[in-house]
Amino acid sequence: MEELNPRFTFETLVVGAANRLAVTAARTVGEAPGTAYNPLFVYGGSGLGKTHLLMAIGHLARELRADIDVEYVTLNEFVELYQAAVAAGQTDALRSRLARADVLLVDDVHFLARRHELQAELLRLVEQLQGANRQIVLTSDRPPTEIQDLDDRLISRFDGGLVVDIDTPEFETRLAILRRGVADREVAVEAEVLEVIAGTQVQSVRELIGLLNRFIAFQAVSEIPLTAAAAGQLLAGQVPATPDGQASALPQDNTDEFAAFLSGISHTVQEQVDVWRHRVQEAISQWASEGYRTDRLERLLRQEVPSGIERTIREYERDIDRLRGFQRAMARVDPQRVSEPEFFDPDRLKDADELVQAALREGRPPPGPSPAWTMADLVTGGSNRVAMSAAAAVIATPGAVYNPLVLQGPDGVGKTHLLHAIGNALGKHGTRVACLTAQEFVDELLDAIDGDRIDGWRRRYRGTTALLIDDVQLLAGKERSQEELFHLYNRLLTEGRQLVFTIGAPPSEVPGLDPRLVSRLQGGLIAPIGPPDRDVRRGLASARLAARYGDADPDVAEYLAESQFESLRALVNAIQRLVRMADAEGTSPTLQLARTVLEGVPRTSVSTRPVRTSGMGLSLSSALHSHEKVVWEWPELTDRIVEVSA
Amino acid sequence: MSLVNFTTREISCKIVYYGPGRSGKTTNLQYIYGRVPDDRRGRMVSLATETERTLFFDFLPLDLGSISGFTTRFQLYTVPGQIYYGSTRKLVLQGADGVVFVADSQVRQLDENIESLQGLQANLIDMGSNMRSMPLVFQYNKQDLPSELILKARELDDALNFWDIPSFSSDAVQGKGVFETLRAISESVLRKLSTEAPR
Repeated sequence: MEELNPRFTFETLVVGAANRLAVTAARTVGEAPGTAYNPLFVYGGSGLGKTHLLMAIGHLARELRADIDVEYVTLNEFVELYQAAVAAGQTDALRSRLARADVLLVDDVHFLARRHELQAELLRLVEQLQGANRQIVLTSDRPPTEIQDLDDRLISRFDGGLVVDIDTPEFETRLAILRRGVADREVAVEAEVLEVIAGTQVQSVRELIGLLNRFIAFQAVSEIPLTAAAAGQLLAGQVPATPDGQASALPQDNTDEFAAFLSGISHTVQEQVDVWRHRVQEAISQWASEGYRTDRLERLLRQEVPSGIERTIREYERDIDRLRGFQRAMARVDPQRVSEPEFFDPDRLKDADELVQAALREGRPPPGPSPAWTMADLVTGGSNRVAMSAAAAVIATPGAVYNPLVLQGPDGVGKTHLLHAIGNALGKHGTRVACLTAQEFVDELLDAIDGDRIDGWRRRYRGTTALLIDDVQLLAGKERSQEELFHLYNRLLTEGRQLVFTIGAPPSEVPGLDPRLVSRLQGGLIAPIGPPDRDVRRGLASARLAARYGDADPDVAEYLAESQFESLRALVNAIQRLVRMADAEGTSPTLQLARTVLEGVPRTSVSTRPVRTSGMGLSLSSALHSHEKVVWEWPELTDRIVEVSA
Repeated sequence: MSLVNFTTREISCKIVYYGPGRSGKTTNLQYIYGRVPDDRRGRMVSLATETERTLFFDFLPLDLGSISGFTTRFQLYTVPGQIYYGSTRKLVLQGADGVVFVADSQVRQLDENIESLQGLQANLIDMGSNMRSMPLVFQYNKQDLPSELILKARELDDALNFWDIPSFSSDAVQGKGVFETLRAISESVLRKLSTEAPR
């Protein structure tokens, strides 16, 4: 905000008939801001002392109350502040700052013409200040009703206060202004001379001061005080003769009149002949001041004889409307990105559109649970009973009990299955469930950081009603990811959203995991899942075999249940191998076959069919003995396959 | 007459100083001629009789140089004031973009002023124009004469200026009011262009 010019006080203001009412109103306002004439609207031509009056109010208010908050701002400055605030996403901060002023002085509001957004902003401000009995004073070069396209509500607000004009000063005031000017400059000028100058019809005080300056300059070089007659000559644009009859040595030669004529004509040509140029320049300055690129309009100016100027401007303005539409769409998706340059270049409509589309894409739901894993496929046993019952409770009342639910256990015991199953069950309630591995979480975050889309990424997860993260121990050592999860966690928890995690070990035993996160995980329920117990093994084996063969030999399931498996995964693998072998032999799984698979007992009957195997030098049976994962997709498979006949 | 050529970016204005004989039209042009730098003015053509009365017309071309990218030329003409050169006046008036009516402020010249003004009005109507549509300013010359001999500007306005046209007091010999008049008529002419500019 600009400082008040220390010279612009009521003491230095010359009061005459032309400005008496305005000055009286201004004084009243300065003495008791907010109590009378609010808003005070002062209008008058350029150079008649509006700014002086405005600042005088500020000075007076400060003089009477040292702690008063006086803000002076020109409309242009207001525009800049507003744009900067929009760009920084801090419009609220600007609003509250302006609304805090005890006296807000706004100069040159005629620039509001056709700026609807700013008008709305000003309206809001006026209402706010009025409501809080804070003073607002505005100046303009024309009355509110003559400001082009000014919002009626603003006009009525201004009318509701006091609208007062400053006219061109009459002779006596002009003389008083000149006398003060002479006194300020500490020069001696004869009273008659001042009267001659004051007798000139001027449009503004500024012009009058200009005349006085011209006169003082002439007098300074002529070394003796000029006479009234000389002043008259000088004002008529002539060079006064010095007392010895010689023309003054000042550069007031014969061509001066012509030069003045020429400059006047130039101005008229610019304004009238190149009226289109004027129109285009006006549009450029308007839109440029609002931050839009104006290359298209500038190209018009470079043309000799442009055609369709109005059409081009109309199209340009229509494109700006569209940009604003995109900007509004973006504001809904990602308010942080409304200031992207694409939204301020009417020649990049497509880019702006794409930007919005991309933001919308980012707004897609986060990854959900795999539909393949359901609660129905799970078998409850001693090893997972707590986890299963907690899962049921969570599904029944998400967010209300066990939040977060942490499924903790070694690899392959069914944590992931349970996690996804919970996710699927929660998803049935129409909730937006995010279910992903910690690694995916990290990767997405890195992508978002890399693409500068972190806000979109955050919003995406903040919008979920349940967040399920698998293998949270993988976040160990990844500080930023933990940080993000921490904030996300707090936010979701506050909002009563359900959180479920799986972890390979008790959180406190995972090195590199942020203690804040550890304590939060511990704050929920840590439900252990152990290696599958007998019940689980039997249940799973019977379910799988039954699903495949209908009435499978119960002894096989029993045998599998009796066998030791470190994990469900190992059990499932064994069942898969058994099924394969049975398929190869064209039978359903038998106890003997199961034994062969698990214990490597030689079979009594061997298929004569050739068996394909990898060329790893392992016998078929020893390969099947392995508890390692069976890899079905070898790289360059054809190179490695050999055919053997048993 | 093409006043503004947007293709070649040229502006040319024809301004005619009209008025009764001896009102000071040529003096206006001479004063202007004296104030224009050499490189900006063409030769002032004055067809005058031996007694220095304009026989045919005066012509002063002014090159104002490039203004906003427009090569700007003004052509200032005067018409012969005497009653019997009616057809010449009409000829000179053809294609005028603006007219300065130079009135003689002397009381005894009032009738001549009125007669000349009526002639102007008739000529304009013949050209398909009129006092309202043609850019026009009044100049009340010889205001430097003793006040008992002249009519004041206000009185002349009452007597001649029924159209509320801008008027200027002048003393063309001394140059007072000459450029003000020229500037006013020039602006009036140029302003008329705003309605003809490309859109």
